[in-house]
Amino acid sequence: MAVYRSVDELIGGTPTLDVSQLSPNPSVALYAKLEGQNPTGSVKDRVALAMLDRAEAEGRLAPGSVIIEPSSGNTGIALAMLGQRRGYRVKIVLPGNVTAERRQMLEIFGAEIIASPAEQGSNGAVRLALELAEANPDWTMLYQYGNEANPEVHYRTTGPEIVADIPTITHFVAGLGTSGTLLGVGRYLKEHAPAVQVWAVEPPAGEQVEGLRSLDDGYVPPIFERWGGVDLLDRKMIVRPRESIEATRMLATEGVFSGISGGAALAGARKAADRIDEGVIVFVVSDHGWKYLSVGAWTDDLDAAADHAANVIYF
Amino acid sequence: MAVTVRLPTVLRPHANGQSQIAAEGSTVSEAVSWLVGEFPGIAPNLLAEDGSLHRFVNVYVNDEDVRYLSQMDTALSDGDELSILPAVAGG
Repeated sequence: MAVYRSVDELIGGTPTLDVSQLSPNPSVALYAKLEGQNPTGSVKDRVALAMLDRAEAEGRLAPGSVIIEPSSGNTGIALAMLGQRRGYRVKIVLPGNVTAERRQMLEIFGAEIIASPAEQGSNGAVRLALELAEANPDWTMLYQYGNEANPEVHYRTTGPEIVADIPTITHFVAGLGTSGTLLGVGRYLKEHAPAVQVWAVEPPAGEQVEGLRSLDDGYVPPIFERWGGVDLLDRKMIVRPRESIEATRMLATEGVFSGISGGAALAGARKAADRIDEGVIVFVVSDHGWKYLSVGAWTDDLDAAADHAANVIYF
Repeated sequence: MAVTVRLPTVLRPHANGQSQIAAEGSTVSEAVSWLVGEFPGIAPNLLAEDGSLHRFVNVYVNDEDVRYLSQMDTALSDGDELSILPAVAGG
């Protein structure tokens, strides 16, 4: 086995697993890109590393700097781990309705948690972080939703890894959160394998954001607009919590211990497989399952687990 | 075509508190016009001034976002479910 000098070197270069056993169509192969293999267990290690490197190169960070970031969990955890090692103080604005494991992981890596209202979901966390950053001009906000380094790192690393490992890819399916993965991989695929279809899956947002006062409180990430997200995506579909959990359990039968958004991506990939005659679908398992044990995703009755999942943010 | 429209929490006060409405239309555009005709208070929340969808609103037919189908011209069949949801962040 190789020996590495720093945890930074363990980020990216993730393996892809053939899970065609889970395909509903024998002429369609399914491959899972396992982003949970990153050091903090999610795809966000790539994004956090890229945003920190960029901010340092631009002189926006110095030892002792305070970093503030809105996150439903994974980006915050990745920033906390990498930021602490580089001598920064990391504050994460976290919606109240994320799983307990996410809070615990932030604490493990020394981050300060600032709670935002649960009923406003991630949109509320973004709003509060923007307000705090404005009120504290000496804090640095890396702002994953607006930071070019987010889609760029996927264009530079995740996309090329997929084409190198599965050159016959016909469809790419991933969850839509900040949109960074879909934009970066999507642009790379459209340039290097233009026939590939790019499909986004998302959770039903309605129930998680009952606190929105009007639809003007909605949110489209600035990177999605700047990178032409509407033109890059070929389809976007909702995958509901019950379906996501069922698919998350299917992944476990293949030995993949995935988070719930990875289950949603498999469910989307299976829908794509049903609609085509033949093809090769790559989907992203964006995190490990450890942070969802408290939701009962594998152990509770399916309906109870789906109800729990509907009340927490898992994208 | 008889379709079901599911409204998000923020729009329900403009539709007598209902979360699901039985509507009519053979395209998304027709169903939205029907909805706005019945509940005029919904219009400013749902549509931009030029009649296109508000940028923070996503409309789905049977869980597929119509922006990636035929947008407002997306065809509807009997029994289809049209969901209106706010755009939200993840990550």
